Amino acid sequence: MNILVVGLSHKTAPVAVRERVAFAPTAMERPLHELLALPAISEAIIVSTCNRVELYATSREPEAALSQLRRFLTAYHGLEAGSLDENLYEYQGEEAIRHVFRVASSLDSMVIGEPQILGQIKTSYGYAAEFKTAGLILNRFLHKAFSVAKRVRTETAIAGNAVSVAFAAVELARKIFGTLEGKTVLLIGAGEMCELAARHFINNGVSQVHVTNRTFERAVKLAEEFKGRAIAFDDFPDHLHQIDIVLTSTGAPTFILGPKKVEEVIKQRKNKPMFFIDIAVPRDIDPRVNDVDNVYLYDVDDLQGVVAANLKERHKEAKKAEGIIEEEITAFDRWLATLDVVPTIVALRSRFEEIRRAEVDKTFGAALKNIGDKERRSVEALTAAIINKLLHAPITFLKQEQNDDSTDSSVHAVRTLFNLEPPKPEGKLEDLDDSAENR
Amino acid sequence: MSFNILLFNVTLLLYLIATILFLVEVSARHLKTSGVARWMLWGGFVFHCAALFFRYIEVGHTPVASLYESLSFFAWALVAIFILFDLRYRLAVLGAFVCPLAVILMLVGSAVIIGGVEPQQANPMLQSKWFPVHVTFAFLGHAVFGVAFAAGIMYLLQERMLKSKRFSALYYKLPSLDVLDSINYKCLTFGFPLMTLGIISGAVWANSAWGGYWRWDPKETWALITWFWYAALLHGRLSIGWRGRRAAIFAIIGFAALVFSFLGVNLLLDGAHTFKSLRGE
Repeated sequence: MNILVVGLSHKTAPVAVRERVAFAPTAMERPLHELLALPAISEAIIVSTCNRVELYATSREPEAALSQLRRFLTAYHGLEAGSLDENLYEYQGEEAIRHVFRVASSLDSMVIGEPQILGQIKTSYGYAAEFKTAGLILNRFLHKAFSVAKRVRTETAIAGNAVSVAFAAVELARKIFGTLEGKTVLLIGAGEMCELAARHFINNGVSQVHVTNRTFERAVKLAEEFKGRAIAFDDFPDHLHQIDIVLTSTGAPTFILGPKKVEEVIKQRKNKPMFFIDIAVPRDIDPRVNDVDNVYLYDVDDLQGVVAANLKERHKEAKKAEGIIEEEITAFDRWLATLDVVPTIVALRSRFEEIRRAEVDKTFGAALKNIGDKERRSVEALTAAIINKLLHAPITFLKQEQNDDSTDSSVHAVRTLFNLEPPKPEGKLEDLDDSAENR
Repeated sequence: MSFNILLFNVTLLLYLIATILFLVEVSARHLKTSGVARWMLWGGFVFHCAALFFRYIEVGHTPVASLYESLSFFAWALVAIFILFDLRYRLAVLGAFVCPLAVILMLVGSAVIIGGVEPQQANPMLQSKWFPVHVTFAFLGHAVFGVAFAAGIMYLLQERMLKSKRFSALYYKLPSLDVLDSINYKCLTFGFPLMTLGIISGAVWANSAWGGYWRWDPKETWALITWFWYAALLHGRLSIGWRGRRAAIFAIIGFAALVFSFLGVNLLLDGAHTFKSLRGE
């Protein structure tokens, strides 16, 4: 049985293409059942997020199945056959396993280490489980992918440290102030990035927001939005001493704040530290402000530098994650191999032979101690015949089933029934829940 | 080797392992070795207490009379105070800065015994009940200021990185500036009274031993200078709003002065506090 992946992602297709092949999360039953109805497909899962659309499947005829999957993707969305060819990638066997493990571990994401993808795959798997399109192999495969992702998250720092300018500002503030609770933010000017940063600060405990703008009405509007307080632009320097964190993004052509004023403010604050975040270009705050004791000034470039350093760190961690994934691929491959018919028959035979040998030797050692060689041979032949007869039916059954979709479960059943190195029991989905993801 | 020295060596070994483990956690980005480090440190501390006890039995007075004994007691106080701070702040990185200090003190102590130091002759001065009071207050004060010294260095490192916007691996392990500054303040509020009590009890002891409270020997002078230094910092913090970098630098210089008045005065200058005269030679 072969694991297959066909799909496209932000790396191979622009959003204009991705949006045309996306599957609505509210209507997964139909596409899943249509997929399963394809002749070469045994099991199927559909993963559809804003950055990727992927079909996971198992099949005995990988080549036929791959082309059926490609055709399905275009046909289902009413696209011309072959129109997605340059966007689609396909994997089978070990490569497919590697791909899914990497996607689940967020190594294939636009921002490496972002936590959403794992949840999205869990949801996709949930649909497949609900509509019973995932069988023995995909069930185990996806559970494995979740545990691999969890391992990657706990054993590497792939999700550590902020990779957005706004969040980097929050992390820096935490390094300065410890907790942000009870701290006050002043927004000078309005700008998308500024507002976003302010929102991040509020989400992380900042209790008070003051807003100032050259147009007072805008300040009032924004202040309402943040449940804060509007300050007239000309007055803001007089309020600075109550402010811990200043976010500026005005369109002013020159500096609106210099080191002299900030020094005064710091003295007034009895040296309590201040953090200035200057997102404006041209800059609003004289860079010499950074030289004032207990004052920390970061401009756009500084923040982007922090983000770049953090991203670099994540990429370093990603290398470690690839190592973990290779380990897990080997382990999963080993399990997959136990589902093959031939080794199962061999294992079954040797299990029976083992039992026969042990019992015969026991009897020869005791009750039949004194019989001659001829009788011994007869006993051997007799017992061998018995196990051959017993094994005939199950082996024929396994061989006949070889090209049938239910083989995997039959093989699995035989292995379990006769205790042939049973695969480990499957974990529950809830056990794999990742707290980091809910951050 | 007498039994207390053996215990001392076991203590040193455990402190050394703890220090290495703390340093490993701080320098490697994703290793968590501070848990084991803490066990080692606690274990070492138990042995240290035992070492001090058996030393007391052997020499017959509070074992803080020779240079070796003082170094060992200083290290003991430092670890005790660190453990208290660690219970409150849980900072592996603080261990990485404080424990090496304890290990260095112990190593110097070890070098002193290898250099050959005989147990003291009985000295009536050491039987005074003020002697243990004096050394306990003095060394606990030293230890608290040792923690402030470590926090001060950590503050300066972190502040440097935040200002220059270049971050090393250590950055991710350091606590916030606010926490480091509050450690500085806590140390001051505990260390200053301890130091004051140390000086007062020392004066009382001197009076009972020599019939005079203050003799202006170099150690007393240096202790007084250091006391004024910390008094200035405390005053600056409370009334002028000194904090952050300035407070950190003050704590670092203050501790340097303390160590000088503890070791330098003994080694470079002469006076009643040198261990020679304590031994009555």
